[in-house]
Amino acid sequence: MAREISFVFNGNPMKMMIEDHWTLLHLIREELEYTGTKEGCGSGECGACTVIVDGIAVNSCLYLASEIEAKRLTTIEGLAAADGTLHPIQKSFVENGGIQCGFCSPGMILSAKALLDKNPGASEEDVKEAIAGNICRCTGYVQIIDSIKAVSGSGEDEPHVVAFKKDEGDRGE
Amino acid sequence: MRPFTYLIPKTLDEAISLHVSHGEHARYVAGGTDVLVKIKEGKLAPDYLISLKHIIGQDRPFLNHETGELYIGAFCTHRSIEQSTLVQHQYPIIHDAVKNIGSVQIRNVATIGGNLVNAVPSADGAIPLIALDAKANIYGTKGQRSIDLRRFFLGPGQCDLDGGEILTEIVIPPLAQRSGSAYIKHGRREAMELPMLGVGVLLSLEEDMTTCAKVRICLGVAAPTPFRAMAAEKYLKGKTIDEINLTEAGMIAGQESKVRDSIRGVAWYRREMVGVLVKRMGLKALERSKEKRED
Repeated sequence: MAREISFVFNGNPMKMMIEDHWTLLHLIREELEYTGTKEGCGSGECGACTVIVDGIAVNSCLYLASEIEAKRLTTIEGLAAADGTLHPIQKSFVENGGIQCGFCSPGMILSAKALLDKNPGASEEDVKEAIAGNICRCTGYVQIIDSIKAVSGSGEDEPHVVAFKKDEGDRGE
Repeated sequence: MRPFTYLIPKTLDEAISLHVSHGEHARYVAGGTDVLVKIKEGKLAPDYLISLKHIIGQDRPFLNHETGELYIGAFCTHRSIEQSTLVQHQYPIIHDAVKNIGSVQIRNVATIGGNLVNAVPSADGAIPLIALDAKANIYGTKGQRSIDLRRFFLGPGQCDLDGGEILTEIVIPPLAQRSGSAYIKHGRREAMELPMLGVGVLLSLEEDMTTCAKVRICLGVAAPTPFRAMAAEKYLKGKTIDEINLTEAGMIAGQESKVRDSIRGVAWYRREMVGVLVKRMGLKALERSKEKRED
């Protein structure tokens, strides 16, 4: 069945016809044609499709588009300013090497944003909890966590790169 | 995804009458994190999905100060339970369990009622609630009924709900004085995994703060349904809560459990771990019983 819904998409009020069985991911990618949101597993395991609905992070692949009625939806396209200036979290991912292939990045960044909007001084533990449902198969988790911590302020004075210590033994070098 | 019509009732009666009208073509859905996956996989093919998300009722845990009972609406998300300070302070065993279910994204939408009606042997949500002697309120065409949550689970994937009935609420009786509780999900990683084993222990102590007045030992993935280790409970009652007695109780619990081999772990290992974790959770519950409760 089709129905009309109203919602706010990245700050813009929208009104459109949708089908009941559409997921929010389908609405975003196939109908609105904003392809920053990725489909990984389609079953809520990987977090690549994470978006923010009324301030909370959800998996858009398991969220019915009908449920967005009267809510505010934020996707990765909604983060940068109109002039292209990156959001501080995006900037931090770039500066701290939080991006490798980039497929998980939109979801990671939105999970981080949902966390930091509520808890700007989030600890490393908070960060790990927030992105526990976001899988990065390049396994760049250390840099991703650093990127988020750099914004929350909890990453100061904690460089993750541990210098090789000479007294750790001979590695044949 | 296969097309369906999404119905959004505002009351329980409306939801039930929609279910009556559409019969086996209809399926209830709350958070949707399981139902939508099953539709995508072709395991479910409803023509109508009846949402329970918009039914008006409490959406977070609520303490009745007159009776001391804790009410948890079935449509509460795991996240709202996890973030409830009431739950964190007074029912840490529930907090222990819900904080490790799925991920933040899943917990933001998945409901405790959904976790329970799935009736999977690993349902993390059920174990602490059974340890707390919870009752389940169920609403259907014949009105409301209430049963012990322990008796709600009939087998893997099967619970005591007739077609069209809705699990509406969990009611937890008042906590005994001098009590403490703890739950652990045992698995290879914390997030995004079903437990290999779940162990919940609730203790209440006599005035001497060492003798066990009441105990509940509840195990997940140790039998086809959530399992209460009653022989171990019987052993522990009236005894001093210490490492030696908890070790013995853990061994008894391991022996009476019905663990089996599965993809996530083998039976002998699970049995050993029941022993280890019953002891560990018993000690943690003991420690928590001594903490001053913030009422």
